[in-house]
Amino acid sequence: MKYGLTFAATFAAFGANADPLTIYAPDYFASEWGPGPAIKAAFEETCGGCEIEYVTGDVLPRILLEGERTSADVVIGLNSDVTKKARETGLFAPHGLDLSPLTLPLEWTDDTFLPFNWGYTAFVYDNTKITNPPASFAELVNSDEEWTIAIQDPRTSISGLALVLWGQEVFGDEAEAAWAKLAPKITTVTKGWSEAYGLFTDGEVDMVLSYTTSPAYHIIAEEDDTKSAALFDEGHYFMVELAAKLAGTDQPELADAFMAFILDERFQTLIPTANWSYPAALPKDQWPAAFSELNYPETAIFLNEDEAAAARDEAIAAWRAGLSQ
Amino acid sequence: MARRPVSIGTWSGLIAAALVAVFSLGTLIAVALRAEEFSALSSYDWAAVRFTVVQAALSAGLSVAVAIPVARALSRRAFVGRGVLVTLLGAPFILPVIVAILGLTAVFGKSGIVSKLLFWAGLEPLSIYGFHGVILAHVFFNIPLATRLLLHGWGAIPAERFRLAASLRFTSRDVFRHIEVPMLRDLVPGAFAVIFLICTTSFAVALTFGGGPKATTVELAIYEAFRYDFDLGKASLLALIQFAICAVAAGASMRFRVPQVMGGALDRTVLRFDAATPVARLSDGIWIVLAALFLLSPLAALIVDGAAGLLHLPASVWLSALRSIATALGSAALAIALSLALVLVAQRWAWIEGVGMLSIAASPLVMGTGLFIMIFPFIDPAALALVITALVNAVMSLPFVIRAIAPAVAGSEAAYGRLADGLGMSGWTRLRLVTLPRIRAPLGFAAGLSAALSMGDLGVITLFARPEQATLPLQIYRLMGSYRMDQAMGAALLLLALSLGLFYIFDRGGRGRAHT
Repeated sequence: MKYGLTFAATFAAFGANADPLTIYAPDYFASEWGPGPAIKAAFEETCGGCEIEYVTGDVLPRILLEGERTSADVVIGLNSDVTKKARETGLFAPHGLDLSPLTLPLEWTDDTFLPFNWGYTAFVYDNTKITNPPASFAELVNSDEEWTIAIQDPRTSISGLALVLWGQEVFGDEAEAAWAKLAPKITTVTKGWSEAYGLFTDGEVDMVLSYTTSPAYHIIAEEDDTKSAALFDEGHYFMVELAAKLAGTDQPELADAFMAFILDERFQTLIPTANWSYPAALPKDQWPAAFSELNYPETAIFLNEDEAAAARDEAIAAWRAGLSQ
Repeated sequence: MARRPVSIGTWSGLIAAALVAVFSLGTLIAVALRAEEFSALSSYDWAAVRFTVVQAALSAGLSVAVAIPVARALSRRAFVGRGVLVTLLGAPFILPVIVAILGLTAVFGKSGIVSKLLFWAGLEPLSIYGFHGVILAHVFFNIPLATRLLLHGWGAIPAERFRLAASLRFTSRDVFRHIEVPMLRDLVPGAFAVIFLICTTSFAVALTFGGGPKATTVELAIYEAFRYDFDLGKASLLALIQFAICAVAAGASMRFRVPQVMGGALDRTVLRFDAATPVARLSDGIWIVLAALFLLSPLAALIVDGAAGLLHLPASVWLSALRSIATALGSAALAIALSLALVLVAQRWAWIEGVGMLSIAASPLVMGTGLFIMIFPFIDPAALALVITALVNAVMSLPFVIRAIAPAVAGSEAAYGRLADGLGMSGWTRLRLVTLPRIRAPLGFAAGLSAALSMGDLGVITLFARPEQATLPLQIYRLMGSYRMDQAMGAALLLLALSLGLFYIFDRGGRGRAHT
């Protein structure tokens, strides 16, 4: 296999390198319950003697604080909504990889930020309580049902931001009116995903803003198939997580090897059941059954980093005004 | 005449004050210096400032107003389990935010116990979400603190006064007017200010129970400026506004405060002859029961939710619990050393006590970021993660520790300072023989509070830690972030038990056999 050969060639050169490859990653990625540890083990197996060291925290703010002096070789877990800011720093280097193995629902040509997994934002509900889920965003907004919903704040949470961009795309100039109409159903707005999802699993709300892949967790890990994602005709907001190599890395070969490993099957097969999202470079027929059998949105709604940056302030203002009425 | 207690503390006090100033204002300056531009504040930001001030003032006022009858009832009643109850009542204050949110919703939420009871009674279910929800949550968190601070005030009233009152045939009302009100006028402004300041920096709780973007606090705006815009200028500007709000609040509380001189006493057990009437008994009983119900039912809900998960916790969670305990003990020791140094010097220069209160106004995010900026050029911050966490937690708990021990130290000095001077006692001898025995109860309480706060604080560890250095609160967030809500609730229960355990041991040790 092509990547295998690349590995063999590159690793021969620095197999005895003692300096670890430093990867900045979000907490959920590198914790023992995320995909980080298994990916570390799989990668270290390919190179014999190299080592990955994760540093956790808010990845981009930390890189911005550290600037040129950062000790990161690779960052993983950036979101497309922050890549504009990241790119403007000039701290990141092109990955130089062939992107044809990608299996995203849309074309991806970025030469710096490499997708490793992706997902769709969606409203997740308990299908024993809600039997007539909304089939479109408009239906959710206009429904007479007294659903209670927890969402995340777009100013503090990446999934919350995805929601307002999604709403802005669907409703356009009517977004503020749509949020105002949805407001009575929104029980609360939380700082992050965890609080909102906790309220949902505790039964405090009927629906929560989460991902289309959330039900897969309950099916696979808990053998509980009472959670479903409401699929909307207009499509769902596409969220992609990215990795990038630092231009100033002191281990360029090892960093390149890791970037290439991201597209490798051994990396990609770890994603679904550890990060609970869709792998970025793995055909659907190789996904775990609970993933491929789950309903799956037809249309991806996506704003690239320039569009997202341009739309963000207006979208948040509309959301804020609509919910504050 | 030079006051002696200062001689042991001048330098250590000034060093402690400098340290606090660096951690609170220094970190703010470090962040501001890194800013590339200072963008103007929007009308939204000013709305956040208004909301912050209004909710903090109301929350603090209500917390103290409820705490007064509760503390009074607890101070004059002895019953089986009182010690345990007093400890348990402190629990809400030390819960990690995310855990407290789930505990509160389990009781007051739409599907909570109260709503279910109302439903059975044929009434509308309760909605906790809205402005009143923010106040309810903040009152839940802060009644315990207010109660404990005031309880120390009652504990500090010499038994002789009540004896004298009894011999003068004072009624319960007379005792309140002539003995208790002067004590309250001394303590209430400080307690109000502390709680006002805590509520000022609230963020996740205010947002969740506020139910929407109307409940935006300054701290949320800081977070947004930092996380999304990486606008360090705006973040530091907002942090400065937060300081200004707190400075005004602290200054105002000092103006309203009427310090009282207690006079000496023989440390007898207090006997409340005035409180023996049936009416007093009944009203005290009602207050105690209501407070216990309000504060303990969310804890009970957490125990029910967490019990199952507790049995299935992975080894790493237990390890992180040990790490948290070590950090908490270090943090408590530091907090006690720093606060004693500050309070002793404050006997000479009162403003020093104000410096000690600074950290309460600091934005935890700005403090962490500022420390990161200061440390990063010299050393890998991750290497010092737990030390920094302990230090930051110690500094963050100083305002509470100082509020708890300052009145006792001042009281001890007022009553025995001249005698000790006359005997030529100074330095460690004086601290050991005169001051420490007299402030033992508040000191134990303060150490317990500091340790428990450190246990429950997620704080700066997220900015510094490596994956394998997680503390228990961080593990809870990680578990929740990976859908493992059951285990997270189990870990939260473990955290609750450990925090309360630490708190109880210190507090009990401090109280000895005294009735406070």
